[in-house]
Amino acid sequence: MKVNEVPQDDANLFEGKTRDLQYALNEDGKYTTVKSVGWEPKNIAMIQAWDYENYKISEAKRLVTEGKMSPIFFQMKRCLMDIKLLSAYTGFSRFKIKRHFKPDKFKKLSEENLDKYVYAFGLKKREDLYIITTDED
Amino acid sequence: MKIDFKHNMSAHCENGVISNLLRFHGINLSEAMIFGIGSGIFFSYLPFFKLNGIPVTSFRPMPGTIFRNTSRALGIKMHVEKFRDPEKAMQGLDINLSRGIPTGMVIGVFHLTYFPAPYRFHFNAHNIIAIGRENGSYLISDPVMEKVEKLSYDDLKRVRYAQGIAKPNGKMYFIESVPVDIDLNSAIKKGLRRTVFEMVKLPGPIIGVTGIKYLSNRVRIWPSKYGEKEAARYLGQIVRMQEEIGTGGAGFRFLYAAFLQEASEILENDALNNTSQQMTKTGDKWREFAVMASRICKGRQTTETYARLADFLLDIANDEKQVYLAIEKSLKLNER
Repeated sequence: MKVNEVPQDDANLFEGKTRDLQYALNEDGKYTTVKSVGWEPKNIAMIQAWDYENYKISEAKRLVTEGKMSPIFFQMKRCLMDIKLLSAYTGFSRFKIKRHFKPDKFKKLSEENLDKYVYAFGLKKREDLYIITTDED
Repeated sequence: MKIDFKHNMSAHCENGVISNLLRFHGINLSEAMIFGIGSGIFFSYLPFFKLNGIPVTSFRPMPGTIFRNTSRALGIKMHVEKFRDPEKAMQGLDINLSRGIPTGMVIGVFHLTYFPAPYRFHFNAHNIIAIGRENGSYLISDPVMEKVEKLSYDDLKRVRYAQGIAKPNGKMYFIESVPVDIDLNSAIKKGLRRTVFEMVKLPGPIIGVTGIKYLSNRVRIWPSKYGEKEAARYLGQIVRMQEEIGTGGAGFRFLYAAFLQEASEILENDALNNTSQQMTKTGDKWREFAVMASRICKGRQTTETYARLADFLLDIANDEKQVYLAIEKSLKLNER
């Protein structure tokens, strides 16, 4: 790949926060680095992976709005976690987490226990647990 | 308080951290050089190790390999520490910073607040360097970011104690001492030999050039075995591993070609320079492969088929094999 061939296909995947460093040949045939905002095949693959995750997240959202599942379930999916990983972050057993998926059990959670979830999901405050918005909203 | 530390961006985090730390200690080695000495180029297809239900195709060795290889080859003394207690881990870091020691850490990227959201997966082998504290937050030199970033105490603690596969457990490291003289030539040769061994000599079907051939055989049967939709996801995973942040393009092949070029000048070995050009060509082919694969991923009407992709992979495998054999041959020239 030559310097002038380094693609700049922006799909806003870097959100303007950084760029990719690519190695390419300059006019003298020497390797140098070029910053790139993206490349279409890679963007396609990234978006494909996110579409797959986002589908699961929107399904979780539906279950929560229908009152079948607690917000914990949605937040878990939003954070691309499974019960095992969530258990590692919170210290709750898998069995307990499954109980917390039930809306009535979730309501009875103490503030202390809620904070463990707030930490695991990287949220700022307890109220954020109840925000169930997806990227599509 | 900020340590006088030059932040240089790199393609791959592990190389970047080592290169930046070494520069702080007065040793100037490029990212490509570190990558080559550490034998960072690799290929493996792991049918039994799945991420999100997809068998992993990897263009890199296990995290930490480049680290181990380079510090051994160059004779750098590293201090590595893990902590059971997160508070102690943060204390250890603070003590280091107050002594003016830039300190590397292994972290998970999922909760990394300054990272672009689409790149935040549960990946626990990212490397960063803390270079100071300012108004309660830590100054972070992250090799894949363009400028120095900031992290709060809580955010840093969270990523240092990320959970899941290969959790970092607050791992931190710093250079204790560097040797007065570095035998760069022998380090380069060692790295080259190891790469040749891993890519063409290592027995077993899943690693190196044979791994690419194995992947080719699998790709051929994916659509009939898993259905079109699932097979497309499998393909997407290869493209992501190949091109996602940190590879420098074409699954590290261009980065390695850059190393070969630099090495040929240091060893005064023209044959090695030719292998760099060969490696660039295989890199270009990997890029072409990604283009073809992504067309299938997108699900548009296309003439690309899995059989064609499989053939193309075989072609790449054969080309790469020639490159490594040529490297081996050129090394023999150097011994004369």
